[in-house]
Amino acid sequence: MTGRAIERLDGLLAVLVFAGMTLALYMALIGAPTERTMGDIQRIFYFHVPAAVTGFTAFAVNFAASLLYLARRRPGWDALALASAEVGILLFGMVLVTGPIWAKPVWFVWWTWSPRLTTSFILVLLYAAYLVVRKSFEDPDRRAKVAAVFGVVAFLDAPLVWFSIRWWRDIHPSPMLETGGLASSMRPALWVCLAAFGLLFLYLLRRRYRLESMRLSVERLARRVDTFR
Amino acid sequence: MEPMHYLFAAYLAIWILLALYLRSIHSRERKLGEDIARLRDILEKQ
Repeated sequence: MTGRAIERLDGLLAVLVFAGMTLALYMALIGAPTERTMGDIQRIFYFHVPAAVTGFTAFAVNFAASLLYLARRRPGWDALALASAEVGILLFGMVLVTGPIWAKPVWFVWWTWSPRLTTSFILVLLYAAYLVVRKSFEDPDRRAKVAAVFGVVAFLDAPLVWFSIRWWRDIHPSPMLETGGLASSMRPALWVCLAAFGLLFLYLLRRRYRLESMRLSVERLARRVDTFR
Repeated sequence: MEPMHYLFAAYLAIWILLALYLRSIHSRERKLGEDIARLRDILEKQ
């Protein structure tokens, strides 16, 4: 694919993300019916859940890319692992910010150390540590290898977050999509928001991956300049 | 605080986080683009 075709696809993806997020905002704030018990505060759910689902996806991409790097040692897999970790932190950061804002009027506390909340917080800390660890290595091969191992180990927390509300008693609401607890009138809004966040995830991942490719180009060019000196 | 204030705060926080991240990516892209152009210029002169 030529550079111009890639640019056009990137532009199309950006337009789709903008349209998708605008529609998602409309569906979440206006299109979805008001929940009977919680009222309008429940509308936070329409962005909170998709941010969590895409955040998990980002960390799963990091896990897969880390494994592929360890198997094949290609810098592209390391770049994808880094891009997905950073985007995952952003998306899970949205989860950790919107969760307490929803919790305060519903639970009357901003935060409680329940299994779901604690494991989620640890998950974000682990991937933040992943980024810090990367910065502590000068040698690109060693950095990529250590980061890949760290990425694989960090992902062990993801199933704990996902299953925490099934395995342990938790104040966090049960997974409504899987248990069928979400009213059918609320489902279209959630699906639109999930699709919009899916597009947003792809867009951010693509931009962050391109950024890492540029950084690798700078490293390569700098090495060539050094050899001439 | 009214429930609507919490709703507004949650959505505002999401858009602020997203805007800050996009701005960070954009500024890093611009800096790396300048670095690439500068290094290519040095290589051409050599």
